[in-house]
Amino acid sequence: MVETSDIRVVRCGGSKVNLTPPIISSDSRFVLCTSGDLVKVYSTRTEEWLHSLQGHTNQVTGITLNPANHLQVYSCSVDGTVKLWDFIDGILIKVQLVEVHETVEIFLSSGLCVSACPECFQLVSVHLPKSAEQEVEAKEMSAVSSHISKNPSCTAFGRGGEYIAFARHLQLNVYFFRKQKTYSFSLKATDKKGAKNAFTCIACHPTDDCIATGHEDGKIRLWRNFIHKKEYTYSTQHWHHNAVNTLCFTPEGTHLLSGGIESVLVQWQYGAGNRKEFLPRLGGSILHISASSDGQLFCTSHSDNKITVIESSFKVCGVIQGLVKDAVLTDLMIDPRSKALVLNGKPGHLQFYSLLRDKHLYNLDIVQQEYIYEAGLDQFEVVKAAFDIKGSWLATVEERGKKSSDLEFFLKLWAFDERTQSFVLNTTITAAHTDRIISMCFSSSEETTMLVTAAEDSQFKAWCQGADADTQQDQNFWSCDFVGSYHKLNPTNCSFSADSSLLAVSFQEVITIWSPDTWEMLTTLCQPPGVIRDLCFGRLSCSKYLLGTTTKNLLCCWNLLTCELEWSTSVDVSKLQPDPFSENVAAFSYQSKHTDLFVFKPSEPRPLFTNKNVCSEKVHRAVFVPREEPLNSCDESTQWLNRSQLYFLTQNMDLLTFSTATEEDRMLSSSKQLVIDDSVAVTPFYLLLGKHRQQQQKLNTQSHPVSDKPQQTQGSVTIKELLHTPAHVLPAASVLCSMFVNSFLISNTGVQQDPLSWLT
Amino acid sequence: MGEFKVHRVRFFDYMPSGIRALAFNQDTERMAVARMDGSVEVFHCSDRFFQEKIIPGREQCGIEGLSWVGERLFSAGLNGGITEYDLTNQKVKYTIDAYGGPIWTITGNQQGTHLAVGCEDGTVKLFEVNEDQIQFERNLDRQKSRIISLSWHPSGSKIAAGMMDMIQVFNVETGHSIHRMLADRGAGTSRSKECVVWSVVYLSDGTIITGDSVGMVKLWDDQTGTLIKSHNVTKCDVLALSVSQNEDSLVAGTSEGIVVQFQFVSMVLEKDDKEWVRTRTFRNHTHDIRAVAEITTAVVSGGMDAQLVVRPLLDKIEVRSAASALRKIHFPHRRLVSCARKSGLMLFQYPGHLELWRLGESEGKGTPGSSLFVKRNPEKLLQLKVKGEDHIRCSAVSPCGGWIVYSTASTLRLYRLHCDNNNISITKISKLPKVLSSANQLCFSSDSSHLFSASAQSSVHIASLSQSGCKFVGTLKPKSGSHQAIHLLAASEDGKWLASANSDHEVHIYNLQTQKAHCTVPVYSSAVTAMGIHPATNCLFMMHADQQMFEYSIEQKQYTDWSRTVQRKGLHRFWVERDTPCLNVMFNPQNPSHVILHDMYMLCIIDQSLPLPDDKTQFYNQLTLKSLTEEQRKSQSHAFKVCKTFKDILCVELMPDQSLVVVERPLEDIATQLPAPIKQKKFAT
Repeated sequence: MVETSDIRVVRCGGSKVNLTPPIISSDSRFVLCTSGDLVKVYSTRTEEWLHSLQGHTNQVTGITLNPANHLQVYSCSVDGTVKLWDFIDGILIKVQLVEVHETVEIFLSSGLCVSACPECFQLVSVHLPKSAEQEVEAKEMSAVSSHISKNPSCTAFGRGGEYIAFARHLQLNVYFFRKQKTYSFSLKATDKKGAKNAFTCIACHPTDDCIATGHEDGKIRLWRNFIHKKEYTYSTQHWHHNAVNTLCFTPEGTHLLSGGIESVLVQWQYGAGNRKEFLPRLGGSILHISASSDGQLFCTSHSDNKITVIESSFKVCGVIQGLVKDAVLTDLMIDPRSKALVLNGKPGHLQFYSLLRDKHLYNLDIVQQEYIYEAGLDQFEVVKAAFDIKGSWLATVEERGKKSSDLEFFLKLWAFDERTQSFVLNTTITAAHTDRIISMCFSSSEETTMLVTAAEDSQFKAWCQGADADTQQDQNFWSCDFVGSYHKLNPTNCSFSADSSLLAVSFQEVITIWSPDTWEMLTTLCQPPGVIRDLCFGRLSCSKYLLGTTTKNLLCCWNLLTCELEWSTSVDVSKLQPDPFSENVAAFSYQSKHTDLFVFKPSEPRPLFTNKNVCSEKVHRAVFVPREEPLNSCDESTQWLNRSQLYFLTQNMDLLTFSTATEEDRMLSSSKQLVIDDSVAVTPFYLLLGKHRQQQQKLNTQSHPVSDKPQQTQGSVTIKELLHTPAHVLPAASVLCSMFVNSFLISNTGVQQDPLSWLT
Repeated sequence: MGEFKVHRVRFFDYMPSGIRALAFNQDTERMAVARMDGSVEVFHCSDRFFQEKIIPGREQCGIEGLSWVGERLFSAGLNGGITEYDLTNQKVKYTIDAYGGPIWTITGNQQGTHLAVGCEDGTVKLFEVNEDQIQFERNLDRQKSRIISLSWHPSGSKIAAGMMDMIQVFNVETGHSIHRMLADRGAGTSRSKECVVWSVVYLSDGTIITGDSVGMVKLWDDQTGTLIKSHNVTKCDVLALSVSQNEDSLVAGTSEGIVVQFQFVSMVLEKDDKEWVRTRTFRNHTHDIRAVAEITTAVVSGGMDAQLVVRPLLDKIEVRSAASALRKIHFPHRRLVSCARKSGLMLFQYPGHLELWRLGESEGKGTPGSSLFVKRNPEKLLQLKVKGEDHIRCSAVSPCGGWIVYSTASTLRLYRLHCDNNNISITKISKLPKVLSSANQLCFSSDSSHLFSASAQSSVHIASLSQSGCKFVGTLKPKSGSHQAIHLLAASEDGKWLASANSDHEVHIYNLQTQKAHCTVPVYSSAVTAMGIHPATNCLFMMHADQQMFEYSIEQKQYTDWSRTVQRKGLHRFWVERDTPCLNVMFNPQNPSHVILHDMYMLCIIDQSLPLPDDKTQFYNQLTLKSLTEEQRKSQSHAFKVCKTFKDILCVELMPDQSLVVVERPLEDIATQLPAPIKQKKFAT
């Protein structure tokens, strides 16, 4: 964001929904969760994404309902602001700037906000000023303690917000706001029985003075009498065999919910010792639990980026699945048919994720074996996948065995079945190569599909679909067509040119060009020193160029017509990603602890677009996602984003993308436009309004010809304003009443109407 | 430290008896413990839980309940009798029959005027406690089922009784039942089983707390006779309950071996609406907990696994110290083994019999730490069964191995042992002097010519032993006039001196030649746990329950210089913080400056010629010393040399041939001989 201000890096789509505890609105209709820079609102009944609260410029780190108004929600972000939203309409009501630190976490109770700051990790109580202005700077701050954990679960407000309990390592602290006094209690690190007593989470009982703490060894302690230095007391419950990740009291305080790595939701009856209920097999380990204010719904968020909505009768009633980014081994790919992002999902699966709708579409089971949730087991994982150009074939490689001595892997080819609209296993090749498959690509021509795999056994193989002589069946299975090698060198990459007339395979430092029709090696390109890391052909007008990056920080471009090096530049490229819809190629370069992005055309060595310091981690995976409707930006620096969008995955699994100013303007305007469409529920008020509308329409038809959207008369502007403005920002009804009635009385058409006639 | 050949004796199959009842006396800070074999022990809670008094049991005498009335201790059992104990002389004072069948429970009121017993026939019998006896007063309304547990209201006007399936509240004045509260049976298959209310506690605010066989701790209101709250503590039985003195804490012992604490805490801080909330859980037992008692600073529990566990409540302790550590008492604080040093014989004392063993022999020498080949196996020479029902109180074998003596509560028997090669014969000495009818402690002189028998009123009778028999010589009486029983005797090597220690912490020294009291060692606040007279210097070396040590010169009638130095400099923290008392003091004739001590966990040699360690020096320094050179070693070494090679030590003796006899009784062996505990589902098994 140094050079171009109108393009910025955003977290948009596929972000973590499990970062903070989800919130259930007080009427149990909505679930709110943070997702990257947004706060997303989902419906609890349909699990659909309704809308998002957009406005933060960095990771949103905490949300909480406004205790004074249950239709409003506070959110805080790393950008240092606390924002107040109307979450039903998605309107930003107020912005509070907390200037000193980046706000990392927010806990709210009775107008008092406590935030923690990252460098020193302090617990700071921020007084939110009561002011009518939209943007306020919160200056009144007081530090509560610096002895807090980085884990926000280790801080909780007590009964009525009178005190706050927070823990770090082995110490529990309780700070009373009124007395301004902290009580602290320590546990021993271990004991003879091997207990690990470090605190992992805290919850406070809503009506009693009882603090529940979760511990590393799975114990739950209930602390009481904590205003005494000595006579404090606690009771211990033990069910979890591993650290308790989260604790939550139900709003009435009758039950305590706990969850951990076991992915079992445990409900403890408060005050009845060890009586408990279980809800097992929820998927990934439970990270957060929250309960709705009427206690009818619970929400658990899981490590596999999922939110589960659970009824109080312990029945799962909804699952909101985000993009799973636990262990991404495959490249980021785009399914040519559904335009969905494809990558590793559940263990042994490929997930299809729609980035446009930010919705998980489905999982494709590749390994087709039961996955055992236990650490240290060596199980099959999908490591490579590739689509052909039409999306009718999918090739996958699954392997297990970290050491190559007992390496096992399968190459599988999947055909798209039009009838079932999913991929069906066509061929399983058990011993495609004698060693690990390094690279895999489909030919890009429309007519024949061909798969090339390059493996560490210093061979590359071409696979073709052909009638097998033995089986004589209608179905065409895949078989090996050609085996190639070059001086017993291990291949590192393979790539087809845009028209599939050439195949480039890199063997360590040498690039070999083959003709797939005759399987004849046409030429070799060599630019020592350095092993080839990435290889790609130019597209469209630049298809005569071949790009390669080496481990010795060199980006080279060869002209294939002359077989000469066109240009080269010294840059450490960690990922080279060509855009399939334009000539552009994106190169991510990592140096001095941050990643830079260069977008260029192979024909000219000058980059089209440069973005320094995209992120601080290395980027190994990126993909161009086609847009549904292209942008019409003429600005040179943003032109490359017109047809597709570049997504990239950082090392700590953040899916980032670029957004242009025009795009943001468009989204903002669309979100501002509040629509109450015809599908409004039939309420008495609607009937009243509907009758009035019909009359209005009648009136309109008299003066205007028939149109889709009838022009609103002047009077109905007031009505629109009245009806479309959220109720809580409206002035008092008595003020509006006369205006409202007047708006009916003044009629352009001159037809006199008694305003009360349609009220009866 | 010196090298010793060690006889590691593991053939003493001592089995401690399970604990059945506990009674705590707040005023004297004494804890009375009743065991399954009918023995009653008294521990001094503020003196590091030293076992002051042991009253041996009898065959067929199952104690079910213990109760203090003032300083008097009563017990009742399934034989239907109520027994009062003479704690001064450590014996049964009298037993009277309650005529109500087996007695399940006994409890005295706080006023100290009445005892209530619950009988099998469904009656609660009230006994009036008189000056020297108890007298039956009356029965409360007779019920249909047996009375399992009883508790007085602190005012003494009401009694709550736990029975089968119900709890009754009686008015003591009228003897009528006020309330009848039904306890729920368990669900499912256990519905057909009766619910036994094992324990009941009556609080001063009118709350009745019960523990039953369903595993519930229930709180009842005695005004309305209704259930206030119930806590499910366990799947099996809640066997024992005990409430603290100020009624803010309650402990419950279960048959799973866990103790659960409940506390009376306010649910909202600084408000008065308090509730009983389950708080801590203590898991120190492997078997059923039959008795719990909450004393001022700790929870004491005992059960079938025969160990007395003292679990301190850290919130009630002002200063953390050795006294506030978790304490497990496995073995009696008395010696059960006596050793004939000159002939290599060991006498083991079991409750109902004695065993005499000859130690094995090994050949040659080995390197330190290695085990030697046993040339001759140890041999059991004799098993001597006790006549009558009483259990053995004390026993001794003479140093020469020619005499065996034991005493029960009623009789004393002396045997002459003939031992030629492999022929063992034993003859009972029939005509004993009349004064030797019973003894609290027995001891032979070092030349085996005299027998010392401690008897009533702190007196010691002397009898001379010869081939012809036993002849009474005289009686040694202390000047102080203390009546407490003697629990330790020590005779000097030269036959000149005899020292006796009694439960009043007094140590008297007698001149055996004149048969007069020589002097009295200044009384120390803690009980003497072991003592011995140095063979060369005739100094009396005493170990106390609080781990302090004193050396008293008999001839000069004053503490020795070394002893004064120890007191002035203080002992090392690690030494004072040990939690078992020293049980034997020995001297090494080869090295007069060495004193050998042992407790349950270690063997220690104190070298009086070396400097004393202060709190900064490393106490367990043997390993460090090994790595140092000769000269550095000299500067580093201190008087205490501790050996922890042996564990669960019952006795250590030094033999004349410079070999040590270490009698071990591994706790694992005891655990394997205990009855199987309740089967529990354990995670990951």
